[in-house]
Amino acid sequence: MSNIIRVIIAKVGLDGHDRGVKIVARTLRDAGMDVIYTGLHRTPEEVVDAAVQEDVDVLGISILSGAHMTIFPRVLKLLKERDAEDIIVLGGGVMPDEDAAALKAQGVKEILLQDTPPESIVATVRRLVAERGPK
Amino acid sequence: MSKELDSLRKQLESWESHELAAFLKKSPERKPEFRTLTGLPVKPVYTALDLAGTPPEDIGLPGQYPYTRGAYPTMYRGRLWTMRQIAGFGTAEDTNQRFKYLIAQGQTGLSVDFDMPTLMGYDSDHPVSEGEVGREGVAIDTLADMEHLFDGIDLENISVSMTINPSAWILLAMYIAVAEKRGLDLNKLSGTIQADILKEYMAQKEWAFPIRPSVRIVRDCITHCARNMRRYNPINISGYHISEAGSSPVDEVAFPLCNLITYVEEVVKTGMHVDEFAPRLAFFFVSQADFFEEIAKFRAVRRAYAKIMKERFGASNPESMRLRFHTQTAAATLTKPQYMVNIVRTTLQALSAVLGGTQSLHTNGMDEAFAIPTEEAMKIALRTQQVIADESNVANVIDPLGGSYYVEHLTTQMERAIFEVIEEVDRRGGTIRMIEEGWFQRRIADFAYETAIKKAKGEKVVLGVNKFVEPDEKPKIETHPYDPTTAQRQIARLKQVRSTRNQRNVDALFARLVEVARDENQNLLPITIELVRAGASMGEIVERLKTLWGTYRETPVF
Repeated sequence: MSNIIRVIIAKVGLDGHDRGVKIVARTLRDAGMDVIYTGLHRTPEEVVDAAVQEDVDVLGISILSGAHMTIFPRVLKLLKERDAEDIIVLGGGVMPDEDAAALKAQGVKEILLQDTPPESIVATVRRLVAERGPK
Repeated sequence: MSKELDSLRKQLESWESHELAAFLKKSPERKPEFRTLTGLPVKPVYTALDLAGTPPEDIGLPGQYPYTRGAYPTMYRGRLWTMRQIAGFGTAEDTNQRFKYLIAQGQTGLSVDFDMPTLMGYDSDHPVSEGEVGREGVAIDTLADMEHLFDGIDLENISVSMTINPSAWILLAMYIAVAEKRGLDLNKLSGTIQADILKEYMAQKEWAFPIRPSVRIVRDCITHCARNMRRYNPINISGYHISEAGSSPVDEVAFPLCNLITYVEEVVKTGMHVDEFAPRLAFFFVSQADFFEEIAKFRAVRRAYAKIMKERFGASNPESMRLRFHTQTAAATLTKPQYMVNIVRTTLQALSAVLGGTQSLHTNGMDEAFAIPTEEAMKIALRTQQVIADESNVANVIDPLGGSYYVEHLTTQMERAIFEVIEEVDRRGGTIRMIEEGWFQRRIADFAYETAIKKAKGEKVVLGVNKFVEPDEKPKIETHPYDPTTAQRQIARLKQVRSTRNQRNVDALFARLVEVARDENQNLLPITIELVRAGASMGEIVERLKTLWGTYRETPVF
């Protein structure tokens, strides 16, 4: 296996705000990672399926509808059920700081909020993958 | 070139080689080049020479073709713009309270924000709605909700805007049903549904059906209102979401005009003359951060619209050529760090909307980057408009920047750029085809990406983010709380409606809905009004039509 980092970027839920998610996808691709973007309005089941099938290192989920406290816990639970907890879950979108803290406590590795500079997104992904070690 | 201009040119050349050159030698300009947000180059100074490309009749006077200087001859000297703060959360009762609060604070129009399930055409009890009911806007499933939403509000005397797209015609049907139930005159209702589906495929990405049947729904709304609701705007052709998705200011106004052309062509195909419906077409734009470019943008889009309606569609009624628009300040420019600064950003953006001649305005709350706004944030945002209206005196004069060498020049440049986009879209097969090919979507994504890179490099300054950063800042802000009982309360009412309606009647109406939908020459509104009156929910209507028309899935580009 090559050591190219594999990432799925997903929009889960009903909101169609895809400006940020596309910038993230493009930034990671330009940094040499293997990036799949799922498109809009996916369910937690669909993205977890895709993440497991594609054997990714990172699953990044963007939500700007306010439903993050419903959707992220479900994604984490599904990953556990699929014995795929080694997949690093990242979150993005608009949410209050206390929600971001709560999600990190539950197992989301990092929350990237509005205006996170592209190079720091790349650095975060590389750091988290390095910390986890090879799959 | 006239003698005066010739001498001006000499004077300018002399200034450049003497005064300016001497100064630049001592201290150069701050940057190697200056550009507008769109990317147009900005010279150090503008003179009458820069008006050479703008014929005087293109500038004209307010309320006169091509309306560069304003839609109306009196503008704010006659009546101030409508102060229309959008609101929506929880159930209809919750939002009704907020409406009444805003009216008590001096707001002069209403604007409804719906939750994601309502926007996408799902009922509150649909599995995909979980976690989203009443969260980002108000949940509306049935006519019963709509009645609570407008309880105690005089719909003949306040205009109501509803930001709703794929399911817009159903909400319009509910609005009509509420008005009829109260015995109101439909010709006295004013306001709008957004119903601008094409920009959904381009930018906002809220859809239910494929493109073609969705455009037919828009057509049905326009023709129904033209015949039955004289003062109602059946569509709000929008650039706002295109800008928020990341486009340039030029594309933000050019793409909606491409959409306009498609809608007008669809309605004209039914045999309706352009002057019968065009007077009620309305627009919705953002007010971005580049102060003068925004003013020029508003003036340019008014002029471009007038020319399109007259020259392309043969409109002869002046009302058909007069572009009227709502403005919202740019949410995506607002930040979490040092969030109080958002009030200042919003003030400047609001001022350019007013100087650009907007007909109504929403100013964003300082808490925009956190959550939906609190009452307090909305009050300050409304007060911002009131300061501009009542204290600054800017509303005393029409188009005060008309004749500014810079603004006039920029207006003409923006207009040319708009027509270049329209010509390219025409040449390549039209708007719908270009949406299917992802052309608009790619242009938006490219500009968004460039903007992100410029922010990261610090070329595009955002205070608190890449300049004057306060790393130790711990923002103290009270955000709007979400009531966890919302979904439960909402679903209870939906179940109540379903269990008390005459199901046989509803089933018969659904069978007729499918027949009407199959026949492209029929209008969907009358049967939908009957359905909502009989207690059918929005989600049921959408679902029934999805079995006929299918749905839409985007091939994403990034």
